[in-house]
Amino acid sequence: MEDAKQLVAFEAKIAAGQKIEPKDWMPEAYRKQLIRMMSQHAHSEIVGMLPEGNWITRAPNLRRKAILLAKVQDEGGHGLYLYSAAETLGVDRTELLSQLHTGKAKYSSIFNYPTLSWADIGAIGWLVDGAAIMNQTVLARGSYGPYSRAMVRICKEESFHNRQGYEIMMTLAQGTPEQKAMAQDALNRWWWPAVMMLGPSDDKSPNSDQLMRWKVKLESNDAIRERFIDRTVPQAEFIGLKVPDKDMKFNEKTGHYTHGEINWDEFFEVIKGNGPCNAKRLKDRVEADKKGRWVREAATAYAAKQAKEREIA
Amino acid sequence: MEDTQWPVWEVFVQGNPGIPHKHVGNVHAPDAEMAIQNARDVYTRRSEGISIWVVPSNAISASSPEDQGAFFEPSNDKPYRHPTFYKIPDGVKYL
Repeated sequence: MEDAKQLVAFEAKIAAGQKIEPKDWMPEAYRKQLIRMMSQHAHSEIVGMLPEGNWITRAPNLRRKAILLAKVQDEGGHGLYLYSAAETLGVDRTELLSQLHTGKAKYSSIFNYPTLSWADIGAIGWLVDGAAIMNQTVLARGSYGPYSRAMVRICKEESFHNRQGYEIMMTLAQGTPEQKAMAQDALNRWWWPAVMMLGPSDDKSPNSDQLMRWKVKLESNDAIRERFIDRTVPQAEFIGLKVPDKDMKFNEKTGHYTHGEINWDEFFEVIKGNGPCNAKRLKDRVEADKKGRWVREAATAYAAKQAKEREIA
Repeated sequence: MEDTQWPVWEVFVQGNPGIPHKHVGNVHAPDAEMAIQNARDVYTRRSEGISIWVVPSNAISASSPEDQGAFFEPSNDKPYRHPTFYKIPDGVKYL
């Protein structure tokens, strides 16, 4: 059995901490799982541009506007790194985008919540990018070379997103009572979705030994969630805000926070497409693709014209 | 006109003068000029480079991972190509 021998070599390579590269032999299940993860991740990056893009024209000053523009541009870049990484496994970007636009592919549940006030931009950078960093620093240790390298690059850039978000929250929290209330309101609305975006709890999402052994998955959702909570709760306290969880307590014995019950019904409803903004996000994404078409056509026509002129010259 | 995602170009960035261009990733673009512009926007947003090369992905030929062992084997049994292979007595200088 040639496959069995190759599987042994493949697993030995991963166990030794080596990366799997695009042209290496890999089990079909590994390839499929990675295409699914990377494309969902790429979709999340570009759908994530929408709720924040909503506030670019209404940023409170030029500094904030320039920062938000740079952040949203980064998200587009992250989408591109990830689509590229997915393409190394033999899928076509056109195909992946069509899966997104027809609603066949999923993206992160978090982007189906609305951005109602400027403080939401702070909450997204601080909490959503904060949670994403927790997840992505783990994925950077994954076994697939192109995915792992994209994660390293993305994590470096996310650190700016995280800090600019916290700075927005801090500024509001130290402002007028109305501004502080706005920051607290944003925290109240984004806290639970951010806690949930790290995925179902371990009893609802049994980690397959195989994915762990193949280093596609490296830590359980609950372990990553605990780290996120441990780091974020003191950050909220520092600026005088309170996470909306009356059961949140620091456990001296374990050195970790224990949190209240998570409403998983809400999470699964949003995943199924019944979140507050699922329909709008998909419509905006399809529209953006349609509206961008003339740009792609113009660029193609320009390239053809340039080539022709070079031929004549 | 058919909507397209364009061909893929591999991107190499030189970080500083005098050091080699290093592969950083790829972009989609209709021609080399636009590939360079896209590469600038995607891979050098934080002063990562001073020069960019782009090469059509399909122009790159690569050694095959399956043959890795046999392919590079000829260099493994020639330790005498390394300076540490030779024993030089203590006290001999500048060697």
